[in-house]
Amino acid sequence: MTNDDGRHRDEAVAPDNTTDDQRQVAPTGEGAVQAAPADQGTVTPEPVRDDAAEVAVISKPAAIGFVAPAIGLIGLFMMFPAVWALYLGFTNYRLTGTAAREPEFVGTDNFTRALDDPLFTSSLWVTLIFVAASGVLGQMGLGFTLAWLFRRWRGWTRRTIEVLVIISWIIPGSVVAFLWRAFLDGSDGTLNAMIPGDVTTEWLLRQPLLAIIIFNIWRGTAFSMLLFDAALNTIPPSHLETAKVSGASAWQTLRDIVLPSVRGHILTTVLLVSMWTFNLFTPFLLTGGGPNFQTEVMAIYVYRVAFGQGQLGFGSAVSAIMLLINLIIALVYFRMLRERRKKA
Amino acid sequence: MRIHLRRSHAAALLIAPLLVLAACGGDDDGSGGDGDNGQEAPEPSDEPVHLTISHNATRPQIEAVWIEDYVIPEFEALMAEQGREVTVEHIEGGVDDYKTQLALDLSVGEGPDITSFDQFWTAEFAAAGLIEPLRTLVGDQVDEWEGWEQIPDAVVGSLAVDDEPYGLPLGTDGRVIFYRTDLFEDAGLPTDWQPTSWDEILDAARTLQSELPDIIPMQLNAGINMEEATTLQGYIPLLLGAGGDLHVDGMWQGDTPAVRQALEFYDTIYSEGLADTDMQLLTDGRDRSFEAFSQGNLGMLIEGDYLWRGVINPEGNFPLEDREDLVGWALIPAQEPGAGIRGQDFVSASGGTGRVINPNTEHPHEAWELLTFMSSYESQLDYVEREPRITAREDVNEDGIAHDPMLTFVAEEVLPLTWYRPGFEEYPQVSEAIQFMVENVVSGRSDVESAAQEFHSTLEGIVGPDNVAGG
Repeated sequence: MTNDDGRHRDEAVAPDNTTDDQRQVAPTGEGAVQAAPADQGTVTPEPVRDDAAEVAVISKPAAIGFVAPAIGLIGLFMMFPAVWALYLGFTNYRLTGTAAREPEFVGTDNFTRALDDPLFTSSLWVTLIFVAASGVLGQMGLGFTLAWLFRRWRGWTRRTIEVLVIISWIIPGSVVAFLWRAFLDGSDGTLNAMIPGDVTTEWLLRQPLLAIIIFNIWRGTAFSMLLFDAALNTIPPSHLETAKVSGASAWQTLRDIVLPSVRGHILTTVLLVSMWTFNLFTPFLLTGGGPNFQTEVMAIYVYRVAFGQGQLGFGSAVSAIMLLINLIIALVYFRMLRERRKKA
Repeated sequence: MRIHLRRSHAAALLIAPLLVLAACGGDDDGSGGDGDNGQEAPEPSDEPVHLTISHNATRPQIEAVWIEDYVIPEFEALMAEQGREVTVEHIEGGVDDYKTQLALDLSVGEGPDITSFDQFWTAEFAAAGLIEPLRTLVGDQVDEWEGWEQIPDAVVGSLAVDDEPYGLPLGTDGRVIFYRTDLFEDAGLPTDWQPTSWDEILDAARTLQSELPDIIPMQLNAGINMEEATTLQGYIPLLLGAGGDLHVDGMWQGDTPAVRQALEFYDTIYSEGLADTDMQLLTDGRDRSFEAFSQGNLGMLIEGDYLWRGVINPEGNFPLEDREDLVGWALIPAQEPGAGIRGQDFVSASGGTGRVINPNTEHPHEAWELLTFMSSYESQLDYVEREPRITAREDVNEDGIAHDPMLTFVAEEVLPLTWYRPGFEEYPQVSEAIQFMVENVVSGRSDVESAAQEFHSTLEGIVGPDNVAGG
């Protein structure tokens, strides 16, 4: 495939390592580490890849035939319900009451109502803060740090660390929530017991947003760690050694060699983690969205209006808005990915 | 390949929230046309019949124990005597959102054959076609039941729409101020206490606060997490005590002086620290308030008689062995004597529960037999022996609860002056708006004035501006 050129190109800066990829990197190859800026400024002429050749093995009708069942299933189980939910967003459909039996078309009322609702706006902010702090900064930052720190470790120490991190990721959410509530409880929580003195802080009430952010970092770091671990392994050791020999500091190595090499992985992780976090409902198990909506992320908002208050139509409208926001995140991501490829 | 993988991941993540809701919108045509059960209910069959029953309770709650230990074996034996093979299965409920789950179950043609039901859900479930009148489901046989004579019309009406009963009522309750006599004694307050105004409640709370600084003087339900408890035993008794009501002369009452007076009272007790705000905002706050009361860390608690019979009874979740000695109860006073609704000196609010037959049941006839078996004199008497409570049946009340001083007090002193929730399908939404308004005040999110104004506009959104008075 065509999108993995980062590695190939970077090998250009390590002339002594031109073994299997020589045909690609031959044209350039100037400069040592210091000369290879982070922005991958060296434009490598891309050999003309014959994409057609790859699919030419099967005919077009046959290809369509192979894809059709998948498309059909996606259409039936994903696209149709999505469109149906979108339609519900334009009605006053309810869980109970007259509007459950005879929903009426209300146009864009639900959407304007949502945008007018201060709780919707606040839940959007809470969600964005939650995504940025716990997902992007927290999980990815910590995941990368862990992967970087332990990249050279081998054997049981490494495995122990990996297991510990992964356990927090694979325990069922409800169990984890129970553990965290016990941990943060005011009267007999573990955290307060660990703090010297007679502390009875109700953490889930005093620092609710911080609590769910830390909870989610703890919970989801494993994914980023595993992904970055795999990414770091794709950097040829020779690059790092060259950097070392050239006298690059750890920070320079990280900035000029490592980060550019794993940029594609970082982008992918940003997309997955931010979407996951954006749609996450688990904070509900800790705080129920409270106190007084301080931790009401959008998934909880939708749950509250749709199932708590029975406004399924309104809830569908809000879901559609969530979809739109996710779509924007995805578009930005694909854009960045394409630009990266174009540059390459 | 990687790109493709990512795209499909992305697509799945994108659509996930919509899918959940779409799943709810599937089957709205299945609810309306259940008339086929009609008048011609099937005759008792010889085929083995399996019934399911659900109550929003789990062991050791008495409803669950009673169903498993009494109802199921006795009913199965009774059927066996008649040569019929009927088995009954108890599906444990006991979830926070029992109502939502039930509505979803019913809307797709599922759910237990018989389910417990709160009186105030009747109008909205009936309007949605999720439940059906008993006569529609079972037929004329309904009118032949001996129990109707024992149940007052008002109580039958609590589970009826347009005089058509949708289920059999189980009982009613009343709201009072419970207080710990031991704490009152320690603080130098009278143990035989009956406040006659809001100020006297505040005086007692302030005395508790200064004399016993380690305890919480009082608790008045206020949070969204308290759900209906906030409305029915927090806000409503205050609103009624200030002379207000929810629905008067065909108009919902919005931002009225009584609303603001009720909110002022909330604001006073929570801002002075007479009550604990945290306990209202935590997701398990109500249980914490029960626990604090049973352990003697809470002086006063405005609650329904459920607290007495279901929580602090020796077999309850927070048992208090010598509750007769340690717990007192008093009527909830109006703001001033005579200032309450209908000019009353004291006020209360009542709810009620019952059971309904699932319109989707395959065995409406047997379900009806089970339903009436559970509401028979013998069964209800067995129930009140396990947990004395005011039942719908007058014959059971006469024989079953006379020995319980608290329930006798409710039956004789509270019920005559109580108030029932208006039977409109919008009520549950109004109730949520109330919980929201009250939490905004006690959490300090908004002041009394803006909370009341916000409630007014929310109310207009629910029932339409033309149906709202005040403001």
